[in-house]
Amino acid sequence: MINDGFSNRRRQLLRLKVLRERRDPENRVRTKAEGVFFPCPGCGKAVSRRSWWEHQNVCPHCGFHRPVGAYQRLEQILDSGSFKELDAGLCGGDPLDFDGYPEKLRRLRETTGLQEAVVCAKGRIGGAGAVAGVMDSRFLMGSMGVAVGEKIARAANTARREKLPLILFCASGGARMQEGILSLMQMAKTAEAVTRFQDAGGLYVACLTNPTTGGVTASFASLADITLAEPGALIGFAGPRVIEQTIGQTLPEGFQRSEYLLEHGFLDAVVPRAQLRGELIRLLYLHGKGGARHGEAQRV
Amino acid sequence: MEKRSAFERVTLARHPDRPGTEEYIRALFTDFFEQRGDRLFGDDPAILGGIALFHGRPVTVIGQRKGHTRQEKMHCSFGMPNPEGYRKAQRLMRQAEKFGRPVITFVDTPGAYPGLEAEARGQGEAIAQSLAAMSRLRVPIITLIIGEGGSGGALALAMGNTVLMLENAIYSVLSPEGFASILWKDSSRAQEASEAMRLTARDLLELGVIDRVLPEPEEGAQADPQAVYRTVDEALSQALRAADRIASPTDHRRRRYLEMGRRLVGQERG
Ligand SMILES: [Zn+2]
Repeated sequence: MINDGFSNRRRQLLRLKVLRERRDPENRVRTKAEGVFFPCPGCGKAVSRRSWWEHQNVCPHCGFHRPVGAYQRLEQILDSGSFKELDAGLCGGDPLDFDGYPEKLRRLRETTGLQEAVVCAKGRIGGAGAVAGVMDSRFLMGSMGVAVGEKIARAANTARREKLPLILFCASGGARMQEGILSLMQMAKTAEAVTRFQDAGGLYVACLTNPTTGGVTASFASLADITLAEPGALIGFAGPRVIEQTIGQTLPEGFQRSEYLLEHGFLDAVVPRAQLRGELIRLLYLHGKGGARHGEAQRV
Repeated sequence: MEKRSAFERVTLARHPDRPGTEEYIRALFTDFFEQRGDRLFGDDPAILGGIALFHGRPVTVIGQRKGHTRQEKMHCSFGMPNPEGYRKAQRLMRQAEKFGRPVITFVDTPGAYPGLEAEARGQGEAIAQSLAAMSRLRVPIITLIIGEGGSGGALALAMGNTVLMLENAIYSVLSPEGFASILWKDSSRAQEASEAMRLTARDLLELGVIDRVLPEPEEGAQADPQAVYRTVDEALSQALRAADRIASPTDHRRRRYLEMGRRLVGQERG
């Protein structure tokens, strides 16, 4: 009996270790495979894995921004040791009884080490407390179903109760088709949650990363007080392919990219990844030293 | 009632003779004054809105307009609004709040217009701001889904305190064609998608997305529009009476939408 309990515990710990490695691919890279080169999708030049890691997945030659996993992003943004995950085990259901969906989720949980397409956490950024949510495009394109909507809403709620700023990194293909209409309803839910938080005087900063499209763009991602984006990120409501089919012509170069949105008045700034943490520290500082003034504003 | 397949309802919801927003406004309201323009860019004919009297009571009424003749349809982009349509709707809703008028919305759209200019003018932002405007609105919103409720373009007018839906209307995360094309890479499987998506009024009632299904004539709304207007008139009167008893429409709406899908939420250990 005791032995059984012990080996179970050991098995569980080993599994956790494997999952942690999977969700943080770069951790593994640090120790293994760091001498392996692979080409930059932007300029085609060979970049070593070590170099990708050192530059936070940004090409040192052309500045191409490769995706970053949710845990990795939190590690880049939060003060080290301040990370505390919120609603780590929260999951949704299968409202359509959709063929193969539960199995797909199970497989993705195994291969990515993620529970869902967003990771929410409490932590500090330059000493200031904050609630952060990061979407991960490896998990069903970062699509928003019930679990994602619920986690975002809860994060906004935590930020409101604890008078902390809310920082959301968006990366999503849109609504999660496999959950049907309830995915659409998460747009309403997240809009409710972030507006309520903002009306209570909360600071909400959104950072749009590649890609941010569909129902996420058309809900909480577009409602922030300050909207930032990483360079070259695809940001839009309809996908480029759908638009091309509608208008029957190819889209101009750079259409729906961060720089295009900045030019059209939908972003405050395009911020390269290496400067993101610094900008966030400044924004939190501007809203009150250490975010301390947060929540004092009264809605008239 | 359930003998009709979901796909048959999709077909009925898109029937060219099915009454649309314009017909409902003409049949159920008096003294309609159309308000046009978003005061920012232009006026979108795909969204029709204004002030009217409902049994003598001033209300703001807004809905997607599809048009019936070929020319009208082109003019209204087949009921697919542009950002300025949603921004016009926001303007009308805020004005309704100022004057204490309830807002009545009619939903009938395949979705927001997926065009180059629509994107350049911030289609996503416009829909998001509509959701935010509705979530903040201090007057009640009553939503009627009368035909196609397609995607975010429909939701942008559909965050009612009460959501009523006609028996053969549909409401879904995406069109069945789009759903099939994304999940099965085959848009010709729309019929199969319709059955899988749970997009009928009955399904949505079960999922807690709508509050009430309004019956249609056996052959569908187009067969006897007068009968449908009577049903809708009665349901709307009832919904307005109920809305008048809500102390804070904002809180009521907030609770309603924060609840969406919560029944499915569980916890798993890592
Ligand atoms: Zn490069």
